Amino acid sequence: MKEKPDVLQGTLALMVLKTLDVLGPQHGYGIARRIEQISGDILALNQGTLYPLLLKLEHEGSIVSQWGASENNRRARFYRITVTGRKQLQTETRDWNQTAAIIARFFEVKAEDLP
Amino acid sequence: MKFLRRFFIRLSNFSTGRRADQRLQEEMAEHLALQTEENLRAGMSPSEARRQAALKLGAAQAIREHHNAEQSLPLAENLLLDIRYAFRRLHRSPGFSLIAIATIALGVGATTAIYSIIDATLLHPLPYPNPSELVRLEANLTGVGAHDIGLSIPELRDLQNSGVFQYVSLSFYGTNNLTGSTQPASISSKSVSPSYFAALGVDAQLGRTWDPHDATPGFLPDVVISDGLWKREFGADPHILGKSLRLDNDVYHVMGVMPASFRDQGQTSDERSTDLWAAAGFYGDPAPPPMRATRFPFETIARLQPGLSPEAAQGRLDALIAQLKKQYPADYPTQGGWTIHLTPLAETLVGKVRQSLILLFGAVGLVLLISCVNVANLLLARASARGREMAVRQALGAARMRLIRQLLTESLLLFVLGGITGFAVLFCARKFLLQFVPESLPRLNDISISWGVLAFAVVVSVAAGTIFGLAPAWLTSRLNLNATLRQEGRGSNGSQRRSRLRHALVIGELALSLVLMIAAGLLLRSFWDLFKVQLGFNPTRVVAIETSLPNPNDPKTDIYHTATQEAVLLREVLRRSRTIPGVEETAVSDRAAIPLGHSQNDRRAVPLFREGQEAQSNQPPLIDTSIVSPEYFHLLGMTLMRGRPFVDQDVEDTPLVAVINQAAARVYWPGKDGKGEDPVGKRVLLLGRLGRANPDWTTIVGVIGDARTESLADAGVPQIYLDIYQRPAKFLAFYVRGQVDPAAISAQVRTQIQSVDAELPVFRKETLDDVLSSSLSVRRFSMEMVALFAATALLLAALGIYGTISFLVNEQSREIAIRLALGAQRRAILKMVLRQGLTLAAAGAGVGLVGALIVSHLMAGLLYGVSPYDLFTFSGVTAVLTAVAIAASYAPALRAMRLDPIATLHAE
Repeated sequence: MKEKPDVLQGTLALMVLKTLDVLGPQHGYGIARRIEQISGDILALNQGTLYPLLLKLEHEGSIVSQWGASENNRRARFYRITVTGRKQLQTETRDWNQTAAIIARFFEVKAEDLP
Repeated sequence: MKFLRRFFIRLSNFSTGRRADQRLQEEMAEHLALQTEENLRAGMSPSEARRQAALKLGAAQAIREHHNAEQSLPLAENLLLDIRYAFRRLHRSPGFSLIAIATIALGVGATTAIYSIIDATLLHPLPYPNPSELVRLEANLTGVGAHDIGLSIPELRDLQNSGVFQYVSLSFYGTNNLTGSTQPASISSKSVSPSYFAALGVDAQLGRTWDPHDATPGFLPDVVISDGLWKREFGADPHILGKSLRLDNDVYHVMGVMPASFRDQGQTSDERSTDLWAAAGFYGDPAPPPMRATRFPFETIARLQPGLSPEAAQGRLDALIAQLKKQYPADYPTQGGWTIHLTPLAETLVGKVRQSLILLFGAVGLVLLISCVNVANLLLARASARGREMAVRQALGAARMRLIRQLLTESLLLFVLGGITGFAVLFCARKFLLQFVPESLPRLNDISISWGVLAFAVVVSVAAGTIFGLAPAWLTSRLNLNATLRQEGRGSNGSQRRSRLRHALVIGELALSLVLMIAAGLLLRSFWDLFKVQLGFNPTRVVAIETSLPNPNDPKTDIYHTATQEAVLLREVLRRSRTIPGVEETAVSDRAAIPLGHSQNDRRAVPLFREGQEAQSNQPPLIDTSIVSPEYFHLLGMTLMRGRPFVDQDVEDTPLVAVINQAAARVYWPGKDGKGEDPVGKRVLLLGRLGRANPDWTTIVGVIGDARTESLADAGVPQIYLDIYQRPAKFLAFYVRGQVDPAAISAQVRTQIQSVDAELPVFRKETLDDVLSSSLSVRRFSMEMVALFAATALLLAALGIYGTISFLVNEQSREIAIRLALGAQRRAILKMVLRQGLTLAAAGAGVGLVGALIVSHLMAGLLYGVSPYDLFTFSGVTAVLTAVAIAASYAPALRAMRLDPIATLHAE
């Protein structure tokens, strides 16, 4: 069996923030499902690790949570992205794109391109 | 910054940690439930659905733990747990906790008490800004052994212009008669240079002090008064500035009031509570013209230039003096050896009590050490009882460091609780305890239980707790798991190392208390010897009452200027006082002649020129003078050895006469062969009194027996007595001997004095017996304190040896029972246990004797009349210690002897 890639440090937070930004308030399970859907089976994620991260983001003020009812009427904690969270998302998206662009450029370079 | 934020998040998690963890748990459970439902919908069997959900979630427990470890402060969390556990343990064995806490409270409390004294006196002796810049200057003539001869005005100016000092200021302490209010009062006053307050760096709370560069001849018309005098005599009048007051019949105006917190510097408590300061230029009327050789025996204080060390300043001063000597060879003859010595002011103020305080601190430190050792011993004793607990904890996976941390927390808790208790007791009892501190201690009023003292108490407790908790914790946590667990409830016999440490601790305790007891014994003997010393005078039933005559700046307004003028007053007061019921004898003298009672300020040393022995230009030796009336010697029971005493026929118009004591005869008239020559009939010239240079020869008419009127410890201080009817004195003491009521006599004498002159203040009545006992006060204080500490130490050591022997008996009860069962004599068991106690005592005494020899050598300066290696004290104290050690081991030994072998062996 092929090893699935681990979640890169810090990227999980980015995924969570993006998910909340796009989909609006979500409970933990919903976020986990969404990440799973988008990444497909490629990403090996212990879904449990999501919850400490949610706690941390809430402490940092990027998200807030409140009780609400889930689709099948269970009591669940819903997370919503805050203004701070949006700003953080923007910065991190830019950073990420930059990093990705740099890495991409390195991969494109071939030996004959070099002077 | 990021680190800091993380720390605060962690800290807040630490307080809300429980809630966060709970939330994680809930959320994960929720997630699990949702996933399971979905799996069920996808057609899995219920058990498979749960399994898949759990797999997908990951190791929930591990995630939670990881989160906790990362987001919280595990160290603090553990500490909290440890403290809670420690509290529970202390609560479970209240007897042990109480004894341990009380012991530590005693040690820390006593140490803190002595520290508070040291803090006020030695560490903060000068309540002025930048106290390290303040120095005292002492001019000496080393060639003739004359000390503190004072400065002349040209010399003062040289110093002021030297660039070494910011300010140089003369000061002269005395008393003045303040008249005008209801009762004439004698107030402590200082004549100072105008730069005095500038040198101290203190300003007035109301009005101002003088311009430091003001140098008007004579006295300035403005005075500065203390807050105390302002409130006492002027009812805190807010419009006091500019008002006039009469001092010794001269009129002055109030220019400033010093702050309530201001205390003057000085070596006596009288001087430190000076009430009034007058400024003088010390030249021009009434002072003599400023000649280089006319020195004032005044105190000189100075403030160094900022950043100049006293050593560097001394160096520059020495250079200046060498240059002055070259410039004025006539004024500074080579054989005089004129020098000016500079001492940090703080040192000169506490000089005398420093040694006593250090001794006390050492003694109390030993008590603290002993109490700590005692508690360490108790902890060790408990350690063996807890061997099983430690083994089980280790077997369950506790790391050794974790165990040590827990044990250390327990002992620290004990020590901190003890320290807090000790401090609390001290704080509540501070008023009561301060009564026992002798008044002669400098800065007594500033002793307080401040934050610094509290910090000291806390630091001492924590340090002691760490040091004395570490060894027991180390040894308790170090155990052989298998052996301990297999021994079951039998305690741990194999703790060789632990019992060795316990023995060492007890030996140390005994040794320390022996050191303290020997120190106390030596001090007690010194004190006793001083107490029993042959005084050479008889203080019983004598009361001294002081008064002072006005000393106006203009001699023409002085109604007591000549001896004849003053004699009228004195003879009349003496005659009237003899009529007071119960009074048998009366006499009068100047203040310097009050036996032991006068302060250093009153000592008057004058140059003594002996006829035919020294040329005028030579530097003469200095001798203490006393001015007395003819009845003085008889009233004090001093015996005449040779010649005659003063008689009524010695008056101003007859040739001047003097009486010297035997010490003066020995020192100044040793004779050619050293056997002594008869000083009676010899003539001397006494010079150097301020403004009263008297060129007339004085004939010595009698020699009086040595008396310890100067110092109890010193048998022979050379003295010369002058007749008060020939040499008038301003500061007087009237003596009455007889069956009088000491409480009423003051008022009776006051009535008699004021019926002759209503303007004279009458103050400070004291019986000579009181004077005698207060002159011993610092010695008595340190002796009593050290004795108290020694008794405490002995008690603690006795407890220590009792505990250890009891523990040994417990540990060996099986062995003793077997011996008994096999037919051992009960007496033999008793002897065996006692021998263990005695061995400990002998080892302790051996170590202690060595320590005591070192300590007694160091405290030799505090002893009087007893050798630091006094055999009697050493052997006596050792015997007492041994006896106490045997007595303390006797109870456990009896218990061992009465052991029931059958019951003991069954119980095992």
